[in-house]
Amino acid sequence: MHLVTSNAMPVIRAVSLVLAHVPSLVRLGSKPLRVLREVEQPIEYLRPHLRDWNAARAYAPNQVFIGNVSVDELAARPLPWHRHPVAEAGRFGPDGEIMPEDEFLGLLATCDGFDLLALTGEVADRARSTLDAHPVVGRASGRPTVPVGVGTAVLDERIARHRAVPLVGVDGRLLGAMLPGHEDDDTLTGQVLLENLACKATAALALRHLLARPGAIAATDVRYVINCGEEAVGDRYQRGGGNVAKAVAEWAGCARATGSDVKAFCSGPMHALMLAGAIVRSALFDDVLVVAGGSLAKLGMKFQGHVKHAMPIVEDVLAGFAVHVARDDGVSPVLRLDAIGRHEVGSGSAPLAVMKALYSEPLARVGLTLLDVDRFSLELHNPEATEPAGSGNVPLNNYRTLASLAVVQKLIAREGIDDFVRTRGMPGFSPTQGHIASAIPYLGHARRGLTEGNLTRTMFAGKGSLFLGRMTQLPDGLSLVLERNG
Amino acid sequence: MELRGKKVIALGERDGVPGPAVAECAKRAGAEVVLTLTACYV
Repeated sequence: MHLVTSNAMPVIRAVSLVLAHVPSLVRLGSKPLRVLREVEQPIEYLRPHLRDWNAARAYAPNQVFIGNVSVDELAARPLPWHRHPVAEAGRFGPDGEIMPEDEFLGLLATCDGFDLLALTGEVADRARSTLDAHPVVGRASGRPTVPVGVGTAVLDERIARHRAVPLVGVDGRLLGAMLPGHEDDDTLTGQVLLENLACKATAALALRHLLARPGAIAATDVRYVINCGEEAVGDRYQRGGGNVAKAVAEWAGCARATGSDVKAFCSGPMHALMLAGAIVRSALFDDVLVVAGGSLAKLGMKFQGHVKHAMPIVEDVLAGFAVHVARDDGVSPVLRLDAIGRHEVGSGSAPLAVMKALYSEPLARVGLTLLDVDRFSLELHNPEATEPAGSGNVPLNNYRTLASLAVVQKLIAREGIDDFVRTRGMPGFSPTQGHIASAIPYLGHARRGLTEGNLTRTMFAGKGSLFLGRMTQLPDGLSLVLERNG
Repeated sequence: MELRGKKVIALGERDGVPGPAVAECAKRAGAEVVLTLTACYV
């Protein structure tokens, strides 16, 4: 029996966040693919900068992502993070895991219902044996089995004659190949389908993690899934018209669920969480899951900066998350649907106007100020990924702008900006995985802080670069407030 | 800088000052904005 508060606000019942370490797929990221066309031996060129799984697992930002290290602990760690690994870093954390590539390739294959991805026999056998013993997506989870592998001669023929995309390991060995879904459809090329499959697989992994928690909702009790991941699937007649949500729900055994995809560039997850909360509050469904998978296209997006600075390519992981939005259980953090911040069409694009729309106006609506928020989760891109490429420290810039709003509103003195940023912000720790890096990675930490910890209120804000699609010059943004229950 | 009578390409950045905000400033200073773009570096 559910407890229902007087205002029946929904709650964030559970959160999962996962990473898949995929160094071999970095070459297939959009930027590396374009840049390395000019390089004779791209695999050899990238190899010195690609990390093994142990290094990726012990990378402090990745440990923060899965919940093993706090954001304050990360802020106190020595820089650069890639030279200071976390001792005894776990593969699993309270929020999820960092899956190694040999298992993830198998997971990809289990998500392919059309036999387009083929792995070599050796890769498939290794993936099957390790993945079958996985505590969350093992055979007991009921997922499809890892298909039997094929010989390299078959793969070679698919690559040479059928335009399959070769998957080549860091060591140069052929791992598999991805066939196109149609011989004459640019939206179903091997590359596009591999990106879509990677998105589905990471979302599915996150969803299974969430469903495997003690006390979690049963898969068959899930009634609606909203996907807000990077990829818009479809065919040549309607690019982006498809539905990853239902595909993920099917894979994860949510037999009574249906779902749909929500798109708004990097503010998509905020819209999806708001809509999930609205569905729950309206009593249409009691339990809605929001999921998102990662972006293969964004792997190695800033790799030239990493190569230039002789550092590892830290954009070598795909990310995924799942959130359970439910009716009030009296314990879980409350999603304040009365304090949604929105960038409206008429809000304009001036930085101060955007900040007011997303932060101060929704808080004022419920009688709060910026100082009533313990922690703000904004763009959380890891600066170690962006700064070497000249893209700056995105989280720090956003936190300083937010602190400036607090100065304008006379909530703090100008001298208090650094303190505001340090205590109410956090260092960026997310891989540059677009939608997911936009506020979401702190959700697991926030949920713990708002239940077991000393947080009272957190605010999440995602910004979407709508102008990238060339249909409007407008940006987008949406913010949400999470509060301690009761 | 005197912008009156000049042609301007307004290049903005999502996490800084977006293109339309740059363009608006340039227009008010008397420039002709011939292109407005905003970049997203993440």
